[in-house]
Amino acid sequence: MGVGREDCAVILVDEAGGASHNDSIRGIKYGANGKLFVSAGDDKLVKVWSTESWHCIATVCSEKRVSAVAISNDGLHVCFADKFGVVWVVDLPGVDETQAPLNKKAVPLLAHYCSIITSLEFSPDGHFIVSADRDFKIRVTVFPKKPLDGAHEVQSFCLGHTEFVSCLDFICTPDSPQGILVSGGGDSTVRMWDIISGSLLDTCAVGAKAQFESDTTEGNCSTVTDICTIPACTLIAVAIQSLRGIMLLSCDLSSRTLSVMKVVSIIGENFVPTSLGSSISGGLLWMVTGASKLRGSDISSLSRVKVISGFEKSSPDASEQEPAVLVDSEIPGGAKLLEKLQGSISVDEKVFLAAADAVKTAMCNLLIKKQYSDEKREFRKRTRNDRKSKH
Amino acid sequence: MWSDVKLEKNKAKQTPLKHSAALHEEAKDFCFLASLILSLQREIMLQNKANPTINKSTGLPRKRFYRARAHSNPLSDSHFPVPLSPSHVDYSLHYPQLFPSSYRSDGSKKIEFADIGCGFGGLLISLSTLFPETLMIGMELRDKVTEYVKERILGLRVANPGQYQNVSVVRTNSMKYIPNYFEKGQLSKMFFLFPDPHFKEKNHRRRVISPHLLDEYAYVLKVGGIIYTITDVEELGEWMKSCLQNHPMFESLSETELDADPVVKLLSTATEEGQKVARNGGQTFQAVYRRIKPASQENS
Repeated sequence: MGVGREDCAVILVDEAGGASHNDSIRGIKYGANGKLFVSAGDDKLVKVWSTESWHCIATVCSEKRVSAVAISNDGLHVCFADKFGVVWVVDLPGVDETQAPLNKKAVPLLAHYCSIITSLEFSPDGHFIVSADRDFKIRVTVFPKKPLDGAHEVQSFCLGHTEFVSCLDFICTPDSPQGILVSGGGDSTVRMWDIISGSLLDTCAVGAKAQFESDTTEGNCSTVTDICTIPACTLIAVAIQSLRGIMLLSCDLSSRTLSVMKVVSIIGENFVPTSLGSSISGGLLWMVTGASKLRGSDISSLSRVKVISGFEKSSPDASEQEPAVLVDSEIPGGAKLLEKLQGSISVDEKVFLAAADAVKTAMCNLLIKKQYSDEKREFRKRTRNDRKSKH
Repeated sequence: MWSDVKLEKNKAKQTPLKHSAALHEEAKDFCFLASLILSLQREIMLQNKANPTINKSTGLPRKRFYRARAHSNPLSDSHFPVPLSPSHVDYSLHYPQLFPSSYRSDGSKKIEFADIGCGFGGLLISLSTLFPETLMIGMELRDKVTEYVKERILGLRVANPGQYQNVSVVRTNSMKYIPNYFEKGQLSKMFFLFPDPHFKEKNHRRRVISPHLLDEYAYVLKVGGIIYTITDVEELGEWMKSCLQNHPMFESLSETELDADPVVKLLSTATEEGQKVARNGGQTFQAVYRRIKPASQENS
């Protein structure tokens, strides 16, 4: 599962110095002001890029595979989480184009006890770093003034998900600069949290709704794969496994509730988005489906990008414009951009299914806990080495 | 006795059949139990329905039915139920006399002491009468051992009406699920007595005291709360001490404070493991630290 999101019309990161990525990318993120971009994945390299020149300004080697990345709001620190539940931090020099890429060493910041961290996010005010894991947990940690000494003060734990937590995002409006945390998970829900107290504000069971909308009911495969809040309005776009399109939730900040606004379906293509990203200015939602590597498949191009527009106008007077999927030619950058992002303009239909399937298997293998029956557990105990030697 | 484990392992390489003093002690336990069984045999035969794992005269469980291996893998996926959050912990299951209805109302008493890796529960039992007004819980990963402690508490409650109502035990992996049981600042004492030393360096991340886990313990402990650790393994004792010493949210207790604290004396005397160490004339290493508000937080 290599999910990427590109929400900027300038594309194609060039490789300037140092080793380039040579395995699946698991996490990418922009810094708060958009000047920095970080990418990391299975090749255990964390690369920080300047978005002005798309030069790599720092490469950090991780001991383990990286599962999530984030840049602190002041742009001074990069954090990345590995598959063993440790979040690492490395300080960045100022964005200096003239310097050669730096090879920095990361120090551990905090840890979830041996649990895969699925998402890492800074709060909008920069005071907290939020990490989500496979053990149903969301941890809110105070981001210290000297992060290299470790982050020891836990503000809260957001507990309520009944399966792995897959994604995090913040709703941030002028009224609530602190931001409200939203999370999606394997329990087919989107939940809203107060990070200061860790209390659950509302739960929206999107899985049930998605099953209803998409007529293909294939059991319980309505895991929330990604969520993305749309800036400047209180909408949350939700990508759900087996839903051909996205679900839009609206968040009522005064009553602190979530409700399903509508489902934007993608008609004509088997497009199940696996990753979402919103543009800061244009009111566009970019959707990607794809897989970087597929076993036993000869398909070369494995990604498809689609865009939804029309968010700003939908909230005040809905009659004027509704969120709608853009046809390829309407996408900023047009066919040229799509060709670069996707590899080719037209993508084989079976790619979609293969990609959606790959994401599903990857999530299953990694995140869902294995359930053994009592008999099986007893059997495994019986074949244990230390028992054998005694009898 | 953990300090023997390493010895045992080293010895095993050369002379696999050699017994250590600890094993002899266990054998003595067995002999004692065996004689007890003989003397009680008739009684048991008369009451066929009676549970053989319970000692008829004391009503307490018999340890021989609850022996388990000393190690348990804290990294494996858990299959036991875990409360969704601290508000989902059903106090009526643990303290039926104090909480008759299913869920406690807010503001009522909460658990204040946690014995992490309580083993056979010796410390809990001693603390129960020393702090009769405080709710305390033992957390143990090994299923059989938890069952033993559960039976032991039930037995004690029957034998001593009105007492031992404030102790309970739960089978859980405290390294993973501490935040599911306790709210921020809920605990005033945490105990880590004779934990698994995990000698190999690659297994150090399985140690129950580690720099990152201390962040979580600091979260559940209130300011002024105390963390008690003791071990008979010098190497582990140093490790635990240095972890606590280097953590900005813990400070060590002074000698006079240690002397004044009645709980400190229990660390080496109340637990089964501690008694075993004392019988064999072993050394113990303790570290007792207080949760403090770190200097960086003082102005906030």
